[in-house]
Amino acid sequence: MYSDKVMDHFNNPRNVGEIAGADGVGQVGNPSCGDIMKIFIKVDDNRITDCKFKTFGCGAAIATSSMVTEMVRDKTVEEAMNISNRAVAEALDGLPPVKMHCSNLAADALHAAIEDYRHRSKAEA
Amino acid sequence: MRTESKDVYLDHAATTPVDPAVARASVDCMERGFGNPSSLHAFGRAARHAMQEGREKVAALIGAAFEEIVFTSGGTEADNLALHGAAEARRERGDHLIVSGIEHHAVLETAGELEGRGFRVTRLPVDGDGLVDPEEVRRAITSRTVLISVMLANNEVGTIQEVAAIGRIAREREVLFHSDAVQAAGSIPVDVGRLNVDLLSVSAHKLYGPKGIGALYVRKGVRLEPLLHGGGQERGRRAGTENLPGIVGFGVAAELAVAKREERAARAASLRDRLVAGVLAQIPDARLNGHSTKRLPGNAHFSFLGVEGEAILLNLDLEGIACSSGSACASGTTEPSHVLTAMGLPGEWAGGSVRLTLGEANDAGDVDRALEVLPRVVAKLRRLSPVYPN
Repeated sequence: MYSDKVMDHFNNPRNVGEIAGADGVGQVGNPSCGDIMKIFIKVDDNRITDCKFKTFGCGAAIATSSMVTEMVRDKTVEEAMNISNRAVAEALDGLPPVKMHCSNLAADALHAAIEDYRHRSKAEA
Repeated sequence: MRTESKDVYLDHAATTPVDPAVARASVDCMERGFGNPSSLHAFGRAARHAMQEGREKVAALIGAAFEEIVFTSGGTEADNLALHGAAEARRERGDHLIVSGIEHHAVLETAGELEGRGFRVTRLPVDGDGLVDPEEVRRAITSRTVLISVMLANNEVGTIQEVAAIGRIAREREVLFHSDAVQAAGSIPVDVGRLNVDLLSVSAHKLYGPKGIGALYVRKGVRLEPLLHGGGQERGRRAGTENLPGIVGFGVAAELAVAKREERAARAASLRDRLVAGVLAQIPDARLNGHSTKRLPGNAHFSFLGVEGEAILLNLDLEGIACSSGSACASGTTEPSHVLTAMGLPGEWAGGSVRLTLGEANDAGDVDRALEVLPRVVAKLRRLSPVYPN
C-alpha cells in the first residue's frame, strides 16, 4: 500500500533528532489520537541550513517528516513556506488516500517552525 | 529488506493457513462432487450427502444438532443474520437491543443499521480487562428488549466473556441471546448448551478452514427473518446454492479442531506465555492488554508507550514477521481502536498497540525471533518519537 519511496524514508529516515539551539521549533498533531510531528530548523541569512524532526506516528507520518527535512534544505524561508503537504506526498510518489488527511502534516509542522522562527526574530528586533 | 531467516506468521486471529487435509477435501469436492445439493438426481444426492456430512461436523464442533446449523458466507454474514434476523422477527414484541461496546464491527455496524430502522441500542461498557459484567446486562434489559449480543472472545485483546452467565440472565428474561464465537471456536471449548445461547456465529478460516464459509447456530424453535430471499435453501433461512466446497472444507476443519483443540491450545498458550514474559522483561514501558487469564490461548496484545502501532507492524514486516496493529489507523481514522478505548486505555497507550497471535505453524524459534526483533524495533521508533523521553 505504500510506495517504495515511502518505505525507504520510513525504514531509513533522514535527519532524525533535535537541533540544540534551533532558530525555530514547530509541532502539529494531537498526542491522544494520531500523529505528532516536531520539526526543528536552523536559519542563516534567511536560508534554512539545517532541519531535523521527531515524529510519533504511522509509516506515512514518519516518511513525510523525513521527506520534508530533505526538501527544505538550503531553501529560503519564503520558499520553505510554499512547500505544501501535497508536494511532500507527491515527492514520495503519493500516499494511500486514507493517509492524505490524517498523516500528511509534515509541511504544517515545518510552517509552524518557520512561524516560530519569525516570531522569535521579531521579538529580538 | 528481508532478512535471511524464514518469514514468521503471528497473525492467526486475522486468518489461519488452510490445513492440507481441508484443502484436499475442498478440491476433491470441486473436481468430483460438483452437483447441486438441491437437484434430485444422483449428482445432487451425492452433493447433498457431502453437505450433510459437513453440517454434522460443524454442529459437533459447537455441540449443536445438525438442523440448527445455517451456512453463511462467513462470520460477518452470520452476525448480520443473527442481529437483523432476530430483531426483525421479534419486532412486534419490542424494539430494544443490547450489545457490548467491544463487539466486532460486524455486530456493531449491524446494530447501528438497526438503529436507523427504529430500534434502540444499548452498548454495554467493559472493565479494564475487557470484561462485560453480567449484572450490567441484567440492568440493561427492559420489557422492550428483543436481543442481546455479547461475543465469546474478543478479536483484538482475546478476553473471554462470561457468556454462560449472560445467557442464563437472557433466558430468565426470555430475551434472545447471540454470541459471536468467530475467534473462540477451535481455540476454547464451545458448547451451545452450556453457553445458554440461542444464536452463535462461527467462521471456517479462523480454524484452518477456507475463507468464504461460516455458520450461524440457530437454536431449534428460534425464528429468523432471512437476509437473502430465493430458493429456500438452509430451511428458508439463507437462500442461494450452497458453497459446497467451502462446507466440505469447513467440515474437515471442524473435525480437526475437535480432535486437536486441546493440543493446539496448550501449545499456543505456552508459546504465548513465553512471548509475553519476554516482551515485558525486555521492553520498558510495555503492557499486556486484555485479561491475564481469561484470554484466548494464542493471543498476545501489547501497547508500547511513545510509538505507534502501524509503524511497529511495518518494521516487523520488513524483518519478515507478520502481526496486526491495534490502531484503526489503517482503516482511515486516527482514532485508537474502539476496544481499547472502551477498556479505558489512555490514548498515549492505545495508539501504540500490536497484536501477535500464535497458531499451529509456530514454534519456539518464531517466538525467539519476535523477541529478538521487537525490542529493537520499539527502541528504534522511540528514538524517533517526540513524546517518549529518550
